[in-house]
Amino acid sequence: MSRINKLFESKNKEVLNMYCTAGYPRLDSTLEIMAALQEGGADLIELGMPYSDPLADGPVIQASGTKALENGMTLAKLFEQLEKMRPAIRIPVLLMGYMNPVLQYGFEKFCADAAAAGVDGLILPDLPMYEFETEYGALIRRHGLDFVFLVTPETSDERVRRVDALSSGFLYAVSSSSTTGKDKNMGDQQAYFKRLQGLGLKNPVLVGFGIRDRQTFLDACRHTNGVIIGTAYIKALDAGPDIAAATRTFIHSITRK
Amino acid sequence: MSAINDSKTSAGTQKPSFRTPDAQGYYGKFGGAYIPEMLHRNVEELRTRYLEIMHSPAFKKEYQNLLRDYVGRPTPLYLARRLSAQYHTEIFLKREDLCHTGAHKVNNTVGQILLAERLGKRRIIAETGAGQHGVATATVCALKGLECIVFMGEKDIARQAPNVARMKMLGAKVIPATSGSKTLKDATNEAIRDWINNPNDTHYIIGSVVGPHPYPDMVARFQSVISEEIRTQLKRETGEELPTHVIACVGGGSNAAGAFYHFLDEESVELIAVEAAGHGLTSGMSAATTQLGRPGVLHGSKSLVMQTADGQVVEPHSISAGLDYPGIGPLHAHLYESGRATFLNATDEEALRAAFGLAKLEGIIPALESAHALAALDQLSLNEKDRVVICLSGRGDKDLATYMHAMEGGL
Ligand SMILES: Cc1ncc(COP(=O)(O)O)c(C=O)c1O
Repeated sequence: MSRINKLFESKNKEVLNMYCTAGYPRLDSTLEIMAALQEGGADLIELGMPYSDPLADGPVIQASGTKALENGMTLAKLFEQLEKMRPAIRIPVLLMGYMNPVLQYGFEKFCADAAAAGVDGLILPDLPMYEFETEYGALIRRHGLDFVFLVTPETSDERVRRVDALSSGFLYAVSSSSTTGKDKNMGDQQAYFKRLQGLGLKNPVLVGFGIRDRQTFLDACRHTNGVIIGTAYIKALDAGPDIAAATRTFIHSITRK
Repeated sequence: MSAINDSKTSAGTQKPSFRTPDAQGYYGKFGGAYIPEMLHRNVEELRTRYLEIMHSPAFKKEYQNLLRDYVGRPTPLYLARRLSAQYHTEIFLKREDLCHTGAHKVNNTVGQILLAERLGKRRIIAETGAGQHGVATATVCALKGLECIVFMGEKDIARQAPNVARMKMLGAKVIPATSGSKTLKDATNEAIRDWINNPNDTHYIIGSVVGPHPYPDMVARFQSVISEEIRTQLKRETGEELPTHVIACVGGGSNAAGAFYHFLDEESVELIAVEAAGHGLTSGMSAATTQLGRPGVLHGSKSLVMQTADGQVVEPHSISAGLDYPGIGPLHAHLYESGRATFLNATDEEALRAAFGLAKLEGIIPALESAHALAALDQLSLNEKDRVVICLSGRGDKDLATYMHAMEGGL
């Protein structure tokens, strides 16, 4: 059983997956942030691999990626940093990013190096289902990594079921059709979350895009297993140099724990 | 119109055609639809409907009528005698520069606006580099009374002021792309992000044979009218339907796709694609994607992409904004890898010389993009028996500032 599966076995409500961009705000802040997130109460970490052309991201996450690249972050550098991640980081870690850098690194080598570093899963929003089934899925599985597909309010029930069958770990429910960081109201999305809940999916569902405060957190959690927070946390990190304090304060403002 | 009549995919025929991708949108190993789920519904709607719509008699009639009465097609195939004499061969210019709005781009925007109408979309978005595709999109939106938003890199807005003014006069909203390198690549990112955020009422008119399937095939079909006309016109002029060479410049590759289309499966026809070498292939300031790129994913398809060893897409350089793109359509990546087409390149300097040459020899001022195709003549060994067709993709009005600058420099 994967580390992600174990997490959801012990906790399946109000699960908190925190996104941060590797190499942001500093090239060497990656592990410091991961430790702060774990201490602050995050249940999972989604580590963004910076890319020059992040199609699904809004301005805040784009800017963090641009800064990380300026700081000198590369996939090779990231795997070097992640060598020291375990055992200090005990919670599940996913890598999130785009296909092009991964293809350049070599897809199989990428999976192997991620698994060797103790990474648990991958989120590659521009890896299509067809290519997953015919080419890449087998490589991902061979290295024991979970793979998380996205669904949106526009995804049909039938397609949600197909995506669920191919995913492992959890399913990423994009809150509304948008890029990351739009201030949308989660109250309006209850019908969509309920629809997902009613499909009897094999994977837990985490809601991402637009979760930014206590209210959106509670609204998103009502019919799902938890949330993914990115933009709001990146903004919180910009507030001051003390990463641990900023992280603790931010997570507390969401979970009140 | 045989161009858009042809619904066969390469699967099933004995000899695979270079023209059409397989059911997943692949030309050889290039193509596909590498898109996030947020784009799936719109791209899938397009994929399942574009051929049916393009083949419907009402669509074909309206498209053909607009090409004739609005765009001004067929464009002439002009035997350039003085240019031919210089190269001791026979050179025909396919005059896409005479299209309404000044370039081939409008063949595609007329087609896509009719498609958007039939899909019930009221809001049109587009990306543009030099502004030619933006102007062609703003034009058809005005024609149909649809809202038009054009994304353009902040740097290109500064470089291409006349086209920005034209788009505004046509009623389009021009939004500066301020992310990344602030040029065409980033304008395309912003257009795609806009589409993600407006999933219901919006159609994205991509300006070249790039993007996720079915865009490369759809745009190639709309542009294929170029080679369809060349065949008929050449037959009438020379008694022969097939040229020996077809030469076209390649940014994303739409005018080349259109000029090659009906010759792709005619092995005797040599297809020559000309990329922008910028300051030179090894200068670090170039846009010759097949020479400098590696397989990768950009803007929703797998193709050749100019990138760093770490897979970050790099900023290309060309004097011509329309060729200043770090990728190339998947059809062309396949034509390159399979050897079906020859890929040459011309520097900024060579393109400028070719543009001034054509102006003086034939009284035609070409777009800087098209001047790259003309510059390739110096790299070929041609003889009197050859029938060479060059796609003159656009006119040079938009490039006057650059040409004036070159004249001050002594050209
Ligand atoms: C006149 C002209 N030719 C060629 C191009 C390059 O595009 P493509 O390679 O898609 O034909 C452009 C693009 O702006 C253009 O304006």
